[in-house]
Amino acid sequence: MKVGMLLKQLDLHLLNHSLKHISLQICLNPTTVKNDIELLKHFSGKGEQTVLESIDYTSDYEFSNGCRAPPWRQIHGEICYVLVKPHDVETLCVTCSAEGVFLNGGKTEDEGEINYERKSEIYKDLVTFLKEKSAKFSENMSKQDIRFTEEWKKENEEPKEIPKKEEADALPKAFLASSKNILEKNQINFGKTQMTKRLEPSLNWKATVDFKEHKSLLRDTQEEKHGGRLERAGPPVSPGRAQLVRKSAEKIEEILSDSSSENEEDEEPPDHRQEANADLPSEYWQIQKLVKYLKGGNQTATVIALCSMKDFNLAQETCQLAIRDVGGLEVLINLLDTDEVKCKIGSLKILKEISHNPQIRRNIVDLGGLPIMVNILDSPHKSLKCLAAETIANVAKFRRARRAVRHHGGITKLVALLDCAQSSAEPAQSSLYDARDVEVARCGALALWSCSKSYANKEAIRKAGGIPLLAHLLKTSHENMLIPVVGTLQECASEENYRAAIKAERIIENLVKNLNSENEQLQEHCAMAIYQCAEDKETRDLVRLHGGLKPLASLLNNTDNKERLAAVTGAIWKCSISKENVTKFREYKAIETLVGLLTDQPEEVLVNVVGALGECCQEYENRVLVRKCGGIQPLVNLLVGINQTLLVNVTKAVGACAVEPESMMIIDRLDGVRLLWSLLKNPHPDVKASAAWALCPCIQNAKDAGEMVRCFVGGLELIVNLLKSDNKEVLASVCAAITNIAKDQENLAVITDHGVVPLLSKLANTNNDKLRRHLAEAISRCCMWGRNRVAFGEYKAVAPLVRYLKSNDANVHRATAQALYQLSEDADNCITMHENGAVKLLLGMVGSPDQDLQEAAAGCISNIRRLALATEKARYT
Amino acid sequence: MSRKKLQKLTDTLTKNCKNFNKFEVKCLIDLFYNLVGEVTERQGTTIGLDRNAFRNILHMTFGMTDDMIMDRVFRGFDEDNDGYVNVSEWIYGLSVFLRGTLEEKMKYCFGVFDLNGDGFISKEEMFHMLKNSLLKQPSEEDPDEGIKDLVEITLKKMDHDHDGKLSFTDYEQAVREETLLLEAFGPCLPDPKSQMEFEAQVFKDPNEFNDI
Repeated sequence: MKVGMLLKQLDLHLLNHSLKHISLQICLNPTTVKNDIELLKHFSGKGEQTVLESIDYTSDYEFSNGCRAPPWRQIHGEICYVLVKPHDVETLCVTCSAEGVFLNGGKTEDEGEINYERKSEIYKDLVTFLKEKSAKFSENMSKQDIRFTEEWKKENEEPKEIPKKEEADALPKAFLASSKNILEKNQINFGKTQMTKRLEPSLNWKATVDFKEHKSLLRDTQEEKHGGRLERAGPPVSPGRAQLVRKSAEKIEEILSDSSSENEEDEEPPDHRQEANADLPSEYWQIQKLVKYLKGGNQTATVIALCSMKDFNLAQETCQLAIRDVGGLEVLINLLDTDEVKCKIGSLKILKEISHNPQIRRNIVDLGGLPIMVNILDSPHKSLKCLAAETIANVAKFRRARRAVRHHGGITKLVALLDCAQSSAEPAQSSLYDARDVEVARCGALALWSCSKSYANKEAIRKAGGIPLLAHLLKTSHENMLIPVVGTLQECASEENYRAAIKAERIIENLVKNLNSENEQLQEHCAMAIYQCAEDKETRDLVRLHGGLKPLASLLNNTDNKERLAAVTGAIWKCSISKENVTKFREYKAIETLVGLLTDQPEEVLVNVVGALGECCQEYENRVLVRKCGGIQPLVNLLVGINQTLLVNVTKAVGACAVEPESMMIIDRLDGVRLLWSLLKNPHPDVKASAAWALCPCIQNAKDAGEMVRCFVGGLELIVNLLKSDNKEVLASVCAAITNIAKDQENLAVITDHGVVPLLSKLANTNNDKLRRHLAEAISRCCMWGRNRVAFGEYKAVAPLVRYLKSNDANVHRATAQALYQLSEDADNCITMHENGAVKLLLGMVGSPDQDLQEAAAGCISNIRRLALATEKARYT
Repeated sequence: MSRKKLQKLTDTLTKNCKNFNKFEVKCLIDLFYNLVGEVTERQGTTIGLDRNAFRNILHMTFGMTDDMIMDRVFRGFDEDNDGYVNVSEWIYGLSVFLRGTLEEKMKYCFGVFDLNGDGFISKEEMFHMLKNSLLKQPSEEDPDEGIKDLVEITLKKMDHDHDGKLSFTDYEQAVREETLLLEAFGPCLPDPKSQMEFEAQVFKDPNEFNDI
């Protein structure tokens, strides 16, 4: 009987797992589909080695959710349509939908319409589909699979570095990159898996042994049934492996479903369980005894055991792990599933404490504790709700848990908890209920705070109507309540639509109000929320209108709490993007304080302080102020850092200061220009670009700039070579720097020797207006040397430049007209311009209110005209 | 019983009981007489629920199972110790039973657990009350060992003056620290679910109350 029961349990268990596994597999999302297609595209083309001849979307337009299917098809879960041409089969028109990939009716030639009807089975992903449809694809893939595995073993260390010649090999590698991650994780997990194995040794042992007995028993009686049993009961013999498989399935889903990037705590910590023979503390045995009573006691005994267990120091890891190691977690979670309110309360009180331990959190999730706790949120007992929400708040500190909360409808329920306080705000209710309702709402907010660290949960909170409720709770004056509420808002404010809602719900006002609170943590979260929201101009204005700048400025003076200081300086940075705010900050003497914070602060503070100074220094008064306070020296000192964000901000701030000739002298004296120049070698494009931008005012304002620039050995070559970058911002900034460098004839000669002309010409075919403008300026400057004018013509830079005149940007027009004017000094260029219809466009610009533009356009036309006249003259004489 | 008398009874009982309003008292009185049945009132006899009838109610309505505890609950209700719960005892008892404050409930529960009424819950009494609380494991040599251990655990937790027995002060202090210990030795209060059902059933029509 017992054997039968065990086997049945085992069967159910296995079936559930395989079901989970299957349901995981056939769920695609736009990102995965897109990745697959991108990869396949990258490795398709002519030739034997490639897997496909071609693969393309039917539509170029991508919706903001990543889908390319028209909205009325997206309702059916369809993501996009792809035209695939394998080597050996006709072109296939394929639908990628959330359920999977299938062949559709194809694209009609004349109208380009897609017949959406399904014509094949559904496959779990594109690769499987193609393997099925094209033998060649499958062959090439599998060939490369094998090769790849060997390859991979060799260069395990750097999977990202894919040499070009091994492109074909790289395909499966890229595909398997995700599985590699899983493998790595599994290696970390392996310890844990073994532990789990040890956790239930009796069961496994029994299962195996019983199974053997059963086998021999059945062999005599039911041969048929035996086969089925045997097959299904097989896997648990190697439970470690079975678990490994399940783990990776979970991981895959994690990768697919959660795009939010948080790494803190997401790594599974190595699970160290006490060795059985190690000296165990006395608590261990006492707890083991209590767990025994929990298991074998009725309600009364259970409550006594729970209360007694609660008296142990549950904050101590020994006790936490002891509870788990003696199988207490299972019992505690089982108790949550009973009808006994007292047992549930007692159990949750313990779980709430021990779930501060990251390992226990994972165990609770593994044991399926979260769905049960989520259900308890519906209970009519307020204290029970509170405890469940608090425990969820502790458990949901890692991604898998947060996802589990969402999947079991927890977010909606937690948001509903926030509502309690609102309804009780009606005067009819007694104050006793008030207090308890507030407590429920507080716990709800606490749990939401934990959950709000995942992107999908932020969405879920918004959809469940959480924002107005949070806004309402923000009006209360309970500090305990405000911290989780503001914490949640701060997390969520990273999303654009939250920021809009925060503006709409008049939340900023209350955030500002709470900046004045006494509680440091609350101040920190408020400042953090403002930091997130102040990306938006209107919000920045709101902060000012509600008087938020003054408290921010005064909080700068307290530098002991670094977290708070980082949040406050961050808020100041973002707020100072608006000029009006900068004026206010100057009034509050914040700029002097900020300069004082440039030394001896942690990096996260420095990033914000420097960012704020960079914004402030856009104004003359502040630049003077910064110089007078001695801010330039520490800023230049920071140029040697390695933090990328910090470097971007520092270069910007130094650049802003360099606009002032007097400050420039100091920068020059401190060798700041050389430091900026060496940042051009920084691997990060943002730093490069920012450094190049900062160099512009330096070169403009330095005394004897030409000589200074020439002093940098290899500097000019370095900057010219940056024109080979593929980052638009870097290119634009380098063009701007070159414009300034080229003002010095000697330097212009050097960069010409380094081949600046062909490099600039190569960039001419761009649509980016910022780049166009600076490129045109650089070209017009570089024309001033030797036969560069002619060279630009030879390198075919003229025709694209003419097209710039059709841009909508007036700055581009001016720069281009000036460049064309310079180029038109050469007769061949004039012909090219004329051929490309420059005259008509330039004629329009002669009427522009912009004088420089007028002049340049007129000059250019006159050059073209003069050439025409000269030719005519030549012809008739 | 005459309408007038009933009205008067309701009024007095309402006055003496702060946990129920007039409507609820009336409902409970009606229920009481329903349960007792139509017995003609004679001088000298008490009308009330005897031990069995009362235990029956506890069992059927409030889901209590422990005989000993039910006996003690009956004693708790039967203040004058005459073997019957009369109408005022019924109302008063239920007011604690259903709506009592923590203080009232502590007093009541302590009374229930103090089997011999000497003002202390002794080890023996605890053992007596807990003896069925653990699943007997046939493997163990002394089946009572677990119970004894449980008693020790309880004492350790609740006996603050370390005299080997629980005074009301001990009990009160322990319960104030951890409310779950209110019914430490067995359920003697209705569980919330059956309480809700009971109240919903008995106090059926709140509109009528508004009219009065």
